[in-house]
Amino acid sequence: MTIDLSQFHAIFLEESFEGLQVMESSLLNMIEGETDVDIINNIFRAAHSIKGGSATFGFSNVAALTHVLETLLDEFRSDKRIVTKDLISLLLESVDCVRDMLSAIQDGGKYNESSAIEVQNKLQQVLTGEILSINNPDEAEEIESDVQGWRILFSPYPSMLQNGNDPFRIIREIQSLGSVKIEVDLEKLPILAELDPEDCYLSWEILLHAAVSKDEINEVFEWVIDDCDLKIEPIGSDVVIQDTDNEIIEEMLSTAANARDDVVKGDQESESLSRLSPEVKHKRTTNSGSIRVGIDKVDEMINMVSELVITQSMLGQLGEDFTMVDIEKLKEGLCQLERNTRELQESVMRIRMLPISFVFNRFPRMIRDLSNELGKQVELRLSGEQTEVDKTVMEKIGDPLIHLVRNSLDHGLEKPDIRVANGKPEIGILHLNAYHKGGSIIIEISDDGAGLDRDKIRNKAIQNGLIADDDILTDEKIYDLIFQAGFSTADQVSDVSGRGVGMDVVRKNIRELGGSIVIKSTPGEGSKITIHLPLTLAIMDGQLVRVGDEIYIIPLVSIIESLQIKPEKVKSITGKMELYKLREEYLNITRLYQLFTLTPDSEDINDGLLVVVEGDGAKVGLYVDELLGQQQVVIKSLETNYKHINGVSGATILGDGTVAMILDVPGLIAISKDRAENTVERVA
Amino acid sequence: MTTILTVDDSTSMRQMVSFTLKEAGYDVVEAKDGVDGLSKAKNSKFNLIITDVNMPEMDGISLVKALRAITRYKFTPILLLTTEAGPDIKQEGKAAGATGWLVKPFNPDQLLNTIVKVVG
Repeated sequence: MTIDLSQFHAIFLEESFEGLQVMESSLLNMIEGETDVDIINNIFRAAHSIKGGSATFGFSNVAALTHVLETLLDEFRSDKRIVTKDLISLLLESVDCVRDMLSAIQDGGKYNESSAIEVQNKLQQVLTGEILSINNPDEAEEIESDVQGWRILFSPYPSMLQNGNDPFRIIREIQSLGSVKIEVDLEKLPILAELDPEDCYLSWEILLHAAVSKDEINEVFEWVIDDCDLKIEPIGSDVVIQDTDNEIIEEMLSTAANARDDVVKGDQESESLSRLSPEVKHKRTTNSGSIRVGIDKVDEMINMVSELVITQSMLGQLGEDFTMVDIEKLKEGLCQLERNTRELQESVMRIRMLPISFVFNRFPRMIRDLSNELGKQVELRLSGEQTEVDKTVMEKIGDPLIHLVRNSLDHGLEKPDIRVANGKPEIGILHLNAYHKGGSIIIEISDDGAGLDRDKIRNKAIQNGLIADDDILTDEKIYDLIFQAGFSTADQVSDVSGRGVGMDVVRKNIRELGGSIVIKSTPGEGSKITIHLPLTLAIMDGQLVRVGDEIYIIPLVSIIESLQIKPEKVKSITGKMELYKLREEYLNITRLYQLFTLTPDSEDINDGLLVVVEGDGAKVGLYVDELLGQQQVVIKSLETNYKHINGVSGATILGDGTVAMILDVPGLIAISKDRAENTVERVA
Repeated sequence: MTTILTVDDSTSMRQMVSFTLKEAGYDVVEAKDGVDGLSKAKNSKFNLIITDVNMPEMDGISLVKALRAITRYKFTPILLLTTEAGPDIKQEGKAAGATGWLVKPFNPDQLLNTIVKVVG
């Protein structure tokens, strides 16, 4: 029977990566000189599973490395070896190596073979003090060719049945090796009244006529070698073996099986070999990726679907002979349908949600390595790890977060001596926090380091020609400069950050996810980076607004408030730029009809409405003709179907079939800022 | 119908075993560790139990002991799947009451050959 093992590769890789994560975080919790059995068992179990799986699925390189790894762990477990810092580092190195190998399998790429060998040799050296040569497993087995057959004396102990072994099974197996003559010894069989059905009283003498090695026979008895007296001796060619009739054996087998079944009242059914189906469905493995979903989430969905079915049948019945009297019932039914649909949608969306700990878990290891490398002392605090994020968002936010954390460590946190000199505790704190707020996920990265150096950034920006010498910039604007392409403030580009990918890429990635990033910093006290991300990428809550004949959608998460414009609060600068005084703040007013060159109902500012939106930490007022309803919209990409347009993040199809554009709030704010600056420049 | 319980904390191994056995026409129930396996065994009757040794919660050896204490599993074949071929684990398994073992790595054919030995 052929079974395509590659169909299990994806799941094997997935669980192995999880296993590596467990190993890594447990290794980080290991303390020098202490043998915490629970921690070591955790690591051991994970390594063991990876080893077993990789061997089974044919990844011998992984199996070989995890085998040595496991041997070392076993020595910790049995107190033969003491945990040292070097060994922890070596184990971590091995984890990286295995991860590299598995990633190579996943992507069909190559792994760093030399470092794998190096790690394996290091492990081997630790274990034995020298490099072992690998035994050749293909050594030819010695076959005693002149042997014509074997006499097997098989006397099971009375207890042999107790562990589920069956002498008849063994005899049948011997029979499959060649022709046999079997004699049963009934001598020890007591009278029925004294017979204990749980004991075995029989023994056998088997004459096997076959050119097999003794090892092959021993293998048949492998499981029962300690439960019986066994004597295997060769017989010469002069002994003629007459085949014991197959039928007799079969009869013996079935009688015995029946008898015992009656005793234990089991319901064992004997199934013949013919049931083995030779056909195997080859399931094609795809690279579409999989997701693990908790049973509770699936149950909830099934529950929702059954509710939906009930509602559907109720509406169906109502429709059969509908009269206007039933209109209330119909409305009620439609209401219910709407509720069911929404709940179903929510639970379907929840399937894609994973706790952000998947990303956060990478950091303890990274911080450990980086702080060693940079000679800094850092305490990592994680909170809100259970906050759930859409899988796609999670996959895309990983790299930007790593970059930000590297930056905080490299540029933000100071070396211990400088910290002490500045009256701060020696150990710096890096805090990663995640939480839900409205329809977004907020991720905060804060440190108690030196904060951003305003002047340094400014000088650098002037040097790079990003700003002019005499530009007057707010703090906010200056901090924003670090997100510009090719900006790095480190005096010397270190190994840690500044390796090509800059903050501009970070911001770009986050914006692509429909999110925004803001940095706040106090010199000497630290910085805090806040990332806003949408909960999901496929669906969002939108506010429908009308401008002229067009309908636009503003993401509800970006809207702070909508208000009727009071003319006395509108100030205009040079007749071009308009500001609105909202409480103590001045907002730029952006007239959407101007931006999209439409004909509005009225150009008089008093006739329309102002929608105050926030993005990238800034606010702006959008002037629209009318507010329509709020609804959930499915986001369709504009880039894939048309091309990128400034100020528009996507499109959707409304209930009546028309297409509406979804506004890109951070983009609109940027446009509005540019216009404002142009105006200010002209005034100046 | 021969019903087999397969206990393994590794999903890929469990699925591989389960898929192979199902293709061969057996009824298969999966359990993710010893505790899960024991409770499934208690609520049903299996003709064969195949269990991994190294698992969280309850390991394979403890599972065998617990199963042997249940009257209807007194003589049921129980196989251990183990990466260790050393005498230690075999002895320990036998002492607990395991019928036999299958050493990892094994391929589907090897698995089926072993299964056929014990359940026919």
